[in-house]
Amino acid sequence: MREKIPLALLIILGLIGLTDRFMPHPGPEALNQYLRDTLLRIISAFALILGLGNLIVRHFNRIKRKEEHWPHSYVLLGSFVLASIIGLFGGVSGELWFPTSIGGFQFDITTIYNKILIPLGASMFSLLAFYMASAAYRSFRARNWLAALLLISAFIVMLGQVPLGAYISPVIPEISQWIMEVPNTAAKRGIELGIILGMLATLLKILTGIERSWLGSGR
Amino acid sequence: MNLSTDIWVWVGVVLTLCVYSFLYKDNPFYRFGEHLFVGVANAFTLSFMYHRIIVPIMWRPFAGAVRIAGEEGITPELFNPMAEANFLVIIPGLIGCMYFTRFIPGITWMVRIPIGMFMGYYTGRVVPAYFEGSIFPQMKGTIVTQASFDPAMGGGLMAGIFAVIILIGVIGTLTYFYFSKEHKGLIKVGANTGIVFVMVGFGASFGFTVMARVSLAIGRFVFLLRDWLGVIS
Repeated sequence: MREKIPLALLIILGLIGLTDRFMPHPGPEALNQYLRDTLLRIISAFALILGLGNLIVRHFNRIKRKEEHWPHSYVLLGSFVLASIIGLFGGVSGELWFPTSIGGFQFDITTIYNKILIPLGASMFSLLAFYMASAAYRSFRARNWLAALLLISAFIVMLGQVPLGAYISPVIPEISQWIMEVPNTAAKRGIELGIILGMLATLLKILTGIERSWLGSGR
Repeated sequence: MNLSTDIWVWVGVVLTLCVYSFLYKDNPFYRFGEHLFVGVANAFTLSFMYHRIIVPIMWRPFAGAVRIAGEEGITPELFNPMAEANFLVIIPGLIGCMYFTRFIPGITWMVRIPIGMFMGYYTGRVVPAYFEGSIFPQMKGTIVTQASFDPAMGGGLMAGIFAVIILIGVIGTLTYFYFSKEHKGLIKVGANTGIVFVMVGFGASFGFTVMARVSLAIGRFVFLLRDWLGVIS
């Protein structure tokens, strides 16, 4: 029972999802819409709560045990609680009862997203520019002709994206464009087809109950 | 120089500098930014999920059903899952609560029910979607037809040659990643052709990603120099 009920539910819902596109009938369409828009969305919300609970417990334990960098867990928990209060009781754009502005200073959750998360995210991703450049410096050595090919194509594409490339020669942006559209497309397409075929095989194994690792241990 | 007086610009500057301090080495300022990011991002997700899922999809239909039942008594319509006000929304809530059985010894296995339902439905749903959205269009784009060479049908000599190169590249790449047979003879030729395309493709992807990151870095510097310091327009 501990394995058969979840497995039966997986197979039944899997078949409903699988046949959705092939059954243009109001009945199955309504069922699919209910599953997609109501049932599974609510279930996914609870999964998020579980994940957040896990995060909070993890950082409480980190503070309790005074693990490495534990004071930063206060930052995480404090910012989470404060922003959650603002978001839950102030509404997405500050339309609920909790005050989300002082004078002209807005601090509703959407503003927090735009003014804190976006700068932090952009800065973190842009950090990679420095590290990728230094990694390229260390690893881009033309040891053989295939490595040289990689180096040259990367160099041309980088040069083709900036005005300097067109300044050196108007052909460089065109070659860069060609590399992106022809050999890059061919390689990406081959890799993508391989990945998707592999994924489909795994999905079908899950649907037919052959792949059961998601059930975890037998407890 | 025209220094900004907007508090949020100053917050953005402090956080940007906290993150960039990592270029020197891992330090408490960077970790502060990192932990703040995780805390605020999760709070935003929680708020969004509460206001966009829990309240409109679960709470309002249930509260509406309770109100109607109080005013008019319990009617069969209150058990119609498609109705605006219905009691049945409690069922997904109960199934969702099964995630927490993970912490209750003896019924831990029940956590598999919501996982199985979620996985099952989306596993089934993506199979035809992958065929329709990825495999067929990718194959269609790879097949070389007379139209690829015909200017009247949007092709041309160069377009046709490029289509043939793409076809060779796709077959070569697939052959390179085919490990069920030893790379000998014709397969070796295909694999050797494939690796050329793969290396050019990886190089192009690398170059493109570096430039995307550089453009993000430029965006941050523009923010610092224009929005904060006001030294550029």
